Amino acid sequence: MAKDQSIKSVLIIGSGPIIIGQACEFDYSGTQAAKSLREEGIEVSLINSNPATIMTDPVTADHIYLLPLTPESIVQILEERQIDAVLPTMGGQTGLNLTIEAGKLGIWEKYNVKLIGVDLDAIEITENREAFRQLMVDKGLGVAPSFIANSFLEGKEAAQKIGFPLVIRPSYTLGGTGGAFVHKAEEFDAALRRGLEMSPTHEVLVEQAVLGWKEFELELLRDSADNVVIICTVENLDPMGIHTGDSITVAPAMTLSDTAYQEMRDQAILAMRSLGNFAGGCNIQFSQNPVTEELIVIEINPRVSRSSALASKATGYPIAKIAAKLALGYRLDELKNQITKTTSAYFEPTLDYVIVKMPRWNFSKFHGADHTLGLQMKSVGEVMGIGRSFQEALQKACQSLEDNRMGLGADKKEWIKTADILERLETASDDRIFRLKDALRLGVPTRTIHKLTKIDPWFIKEIKKLVKMEEELMRYNVAEDIPKDFFVKLKQAGYSDGQIAWTLRIDEEEVTKVRKKLEVRRSYKLVDTCAAEFEAQTPYYYSTFDTENESDSTDNKKVIVLGAGPNRIGQGIEFDYCCVHGLLAAKEVGYESIMINCNPETVSTDFDMADKLYFEPVFWEHLEEIIEHEKPEGVIVQLGGQTALKLAETLHAKGIKIIGTDFKSMDLAEDRGAFSDLLKELDIPYPQYGVANDADEAIAIANRVTYPVLVRPSYVLGGQSMRIVINDDELERHVLSIYKHMPDNKVLVDQFLDRAKEAEIDAICDGDEVHVMGIMEHIEPAGVHSGDSSAVLPTYSLSVEAVTKMVEYTEKLAKALKIKGLINIQFAIKDDKVYVIEANPRASRTTPFIAKAYKVPYLNIATKVMLGTHKLKDFDIKPQPSGYAIKVPVFSFNKFPNVDKNLGPEMRSTGEAIRFIKDLSDPFFRELDSQRSMYLAR
Amino acid sequence: MSNNEQPKAVLLLEDGTVFHGNAAGKIGTAIGEICFNTGMTGYQEIFTDPSYFGQLLVMTNAHIGNYGIKSTETESESIKIAGLICKNYNIDYSRDQADQSIQDYFEGEGLVGISAVDTRAIVRHIRHKGAMNAIISSEETDIKKLKAKLAKAPSMEGLELASKVSTKEPYFLGEESATYRVAVLDFGVKRNILRNLTNRDCYLKVFPARTSFEEIKAWEPHAYFLSNGPGDPGAMDYASDTVKTILETDKPVFGICLGHQILAKSVGIPTYKMHHGHRGINHPVINLVTGKSEITSQNHGFGVSPDAIEAASDIVEITHRNLNDDTIEGIKVLNKPAFSVQYHPEASPGPHDSNYLFDNFLDLIKAHQ
Repeated sequence: MAKDQSIKSVLIIGSGPIIIGQACEFDYSGTQAAKSLREEGIEVSLINSNPATIMTDPVTADHIYLLPLTPESIVQILEERQIDAVLPTMGGQTGLNLTIEAGKLGIWEKYNVKLIGVDLDAIEITENREAFRQLMVDKGLGVAPSFIANSFLEGKEAAQKIGFPLVIRPSYTLGGTGGAFVHKAEEFDAALRRGLEMSPTHEVLVEQAVLGWKEFELELLRDSADNVVIICTVENLDPMGIHTGDSITVAPAMTLSDTAYQEMRDQAILAMRSLGNFAGGCNIQFSQNPVTEELIVIEINPRVSRSSALASKATGYPIAKIAAKLALGYRLDELKNQITKTTSAYFEPTLDYVIVKMPRWNFSKFHGADHTLGLQMKSVGEVMGIGRSFQEALQKACQSLEDNRMGLGADKKEWIKTADILERLETASDDRIFRLKDALRLGVPTRTIHKLTKIDPWFIKEIKKLVKMEEELMRYNVAEDIPKDFFVKLKQAGYSDGQIAWTLRIDEEEVTKVRKKLEVRRSYKLVDTCAAEFEAQTPYYYSTFDTENESDSTDNKKVIVLGAGPNRIGQGIEFDYCCVHGLLAAKEVGYESIMINCNPETVSTDFDMADKLYFEPVFWEHLEEIIEHEKPEGVIVQLGGQTALKLAETLHAKGIKIIGTDFKSMDLAEDRGAFSDLLKELDIPYPQYGVANDADEAIAIANRVTYPVLVRPSYVLGGQSMRIVINDDELERHVLSIYKHMPDNKVLVDQFLDRAKEAEIDAICDGDEVHVMGIMEHIEPAGVHSGDSSAVLPTYSLSVEAVTKMVEYTEKLAKALKIKGLINIQFAIKDDKVYVIEANPRASRTTPFIAKAYKVPYLNIATKVMLGTHKLKDFDIKPQPSGYAIKVPVFSFNKFPNVDKNLGPEMRSTGEAIRFIKDLSDPFFRELDSQRSMYLAR
Repeated sequence: MSNNEQPKAVLLLEDGTVFHGNAAGKIGTAIGEICFNTGMTGYQEIFTDPSYFGQLLVMTNAHIGNYGIKSTETESESIKIAGLICKNYNIDYSRDQADQSIQDYFEGEGLVGISAVDTRAIVRHIRHKGAMNAIISSEETDIKKLKAKLAKAPSMEGLELASKVSTKEPYFLGEESATYRVAVLDFGVKRNILRNLTNRDCYLKVFPARTSFEEIKAWEPHAYFLSNGPGDPGAMDYASDTVKTILETDKPVFGICLGHQILAKSVGIPTYKMHHGHRGINHPVINLVTGKSEITSQNHGFGVSPDAIEAASDIVEITHRNLNDDTIEGIKVLNKPAFSVQYHPEASPGPHDSNYLFDNFLDLIKAHQ
């Protein structure tokens, strides 16, 4: 069967706001699908309520609907436009749920819309625990003994039959929500209640726990002729019991023989073929008994997923892109491998490197949250490290996390008390891999660690080799003493210069100097799907220390765009959107655009976005090597959030050009004292404040500026550890807690403008002229982090005078700071007086939101202004406002049962949606407005 | 073990390219034609596959040895590759069912290898320059001496190797009471091929490569199987002559890999030496008869001439083609119950997608009773 010619117009459903378990990987898949369909001459319409996505940008689709993901919106689209087919598999569980709902209402049938790439019965089966289990049994595939329970009583009966430990898996939930491992009878009641509550059908599966079994995942693709290929096999380093989204995962599988793997492959193909006959992607999770190698099918997702995004980046095989073509009816053998462009898409990628994915958690944002890892996903983002060995990939992943780690340990963050460490090994939490290394360093035997963690001994032994290498390294006193061979070996094992320096207690600069003198430099290798068997056309690189370098540096004019690293609260998908536009704009004006990022969920790390992609940690040492190799004209730091901006100082110190606003201006905006002096000079009001070095000083300042005050450490992201306090006792407690976690930091104490309004402006400045992109008024009062506020564009209740002042201050500040590019300024308005709270000399969370609401390619313009190829006057900027646009924050509190929804200066939301309203009588707006102060806590 | 104590090794290619690395396996010297395999699993099956006889094998997977060695997962009674070249050589392994480490295995079998070399650079080199002879040594590091040694090695082209790995004496396999008797011409047969046949109600007699037709026919087989094996099919007229006679009997014939090339030769279609061959477990093949495709396990450095085959459309039909480079992957002799494939339906290592070919063979045997 070839392409279905009757399909001329397709609707893609997006996944909506980012929540834990459903993040920007679906922007990646949706964007790829749209591109892939448009290549076929198909008109693509797209619905998504998330404005921070690339998929909802005019560069991606023909018709974009920034509407709530509801059946009403679907009807609206179908009334407006002739849609032949809907592709619902790119929008995660949200997209599927909406498709099912619309199907039940008869919408697809009424408008004669074909469902492609999906089989609703197959989805129903995979979501319905009991039906799924039965199907697997019928097909002769292994499943763990289990019973279904719809009531408390049935659940208890099941537990009695199965015994402990057991697993509770609620039906129809996302990201393992409500699922739990139950080790003891005492924990069972609470876990069962939660499971029944979380399932929309109030149904759970009570299953025997296969503790200590290994976990593997396979990514499959199937075409309309029932051809199936395996794109990637991923081994979870963490054994059964930890959600795969919270597991460290490795590809290719490291501990699978061919016989064991082929058995898994056969079962996977059988399982997929048993699920209807849809053409598209599928993810299957297996558990393997390490002794008998017996397999159990854990779960099947008949759609693209977070894992398929990872598999695409891990192998170079663009799963969503191909899946979209398969949905149109193409067979795999009719398509080309997108990387080699000459060989067939019908094949199974092979790797000659190792990738390690590590989750990124943000527990500090959820006070009181349980850090223990289990069946329910808790991480907010992820990174991928690529290397020529497991060790190298693992350490690169650690360097990518941006958790102030320089690799896997050897960086002064190690623990030294064996008892504490062993406890952490037994109960997995976010730091387990680091504690595992600590344990090995303290001499805990491999088998004890295996017994406590159930992590396969192979991984433990590989980490133990690192410990041995460090012991060997410690025999040297200075960097010059390290023999070249050993130096190479250390670097091949992924050690950063910083780790080597810490181990020897010397300066990092010293290590780097000696390394360069010895010519121990990175070489770059291609991710090519085929282990170099065929010539590849795609410039997707990673670094390692090997003899041959494959990344030839051209003489073109080039620019590097720094990515934002892993998603986390306060820095997410919006910066991926900005980076993609930066790359495209730089290409338009004749630059070779080079992307550096390590987040596998993103569109910016899609191999066909930049002219050249370096999938590398956004970590200084890696960055410097790429800069020295590529010799770009400069580096863009304004688009990659705080991560990229933070590197500006180092770039400046090394004499590397920062594109746009220079470092001094950026530093001025970040330095509270200097910035306040500037405001004073410009006659712009700001809240009174002081910088304290200890609690006594803080109390003195608080009493000077008067309570309530806003207290925070300087230099943090997303308002981390920021609090509003109302008296000396509270202040003292909070200051002490800041110093406990961040001993070297200073504390800022600001006057808190009680019951003030908050507003913000995003603007572009070309050095001479300032263009205000948008003015947003927050519905919630000052004190709620701007990321957690509902921002209304344009303002709706502020006086004309206040708005005029805000614009005036923006122009003054942008010029005084010599901004070339983007700036975001936050205001507080109290008694009609406008205060400037802060200024961010970079793309902000709201930049994409304004671009979408006003339909203006602001990031394209800003990038060209930064590069200096254009002035603002070169553009004819025509915003197309329609009523009001509201940016609505979305939270993931349901993932943390013990955490209440309360809002304060520290950001908690994981994502956002856009909502357009005609006027202020809109019921949605009125509801938000009436609750505006309700959740304000501190 | 400290870095400085690790014994060194060197790899020298025929064109003078040198790679330095660490010794793996036995300390010694090994010569052969260098080739690469891109499989991510199945190293043990590959090492023991007789088709690799005389070859220095580059494994492209980043880690080798990671899941150890299990005595039953072998394709012949000993290691057949001439030497191993890999990136990360894992003496530490993890698999409950494994019996020993790769190092113990190599030392026991006397295999020489080199690790910690840039295998990707080597693969790219072979991809550009083609297959060539090479030498690995962990005992001699003088490049001049190694060059002299390497110069004496014969080229793979024109080399007859099948009879070196073939059984010396005929032997029987399977249940004597099985319904069908299949004669296997052993050019270096893999165990899993034999297993696939015995599992399908076949009783096998495995004959040495150079057995005469008369001797084979005397056993009165229902069908003939032409096995895989090493070397240049161009140097095996003895085998293609035998097959020519077999075809005259109108008994079913099935050939795999070298067997496929021999079948082609027996109907007058020549073979050629490929630039760098196909070796891996991810090669896509389309079955032109059914229109379905399969992921196949492959290991060949020679191929059947596509031009000659297209010119001989009155003699053979092309049944399978490679989706990557259009090379011939399967043929059927017209008006004869004979067919063959260039790849390995027995897998081991590799996917089981093509297992149906053994069923097809059995169907053919049943139809010709």
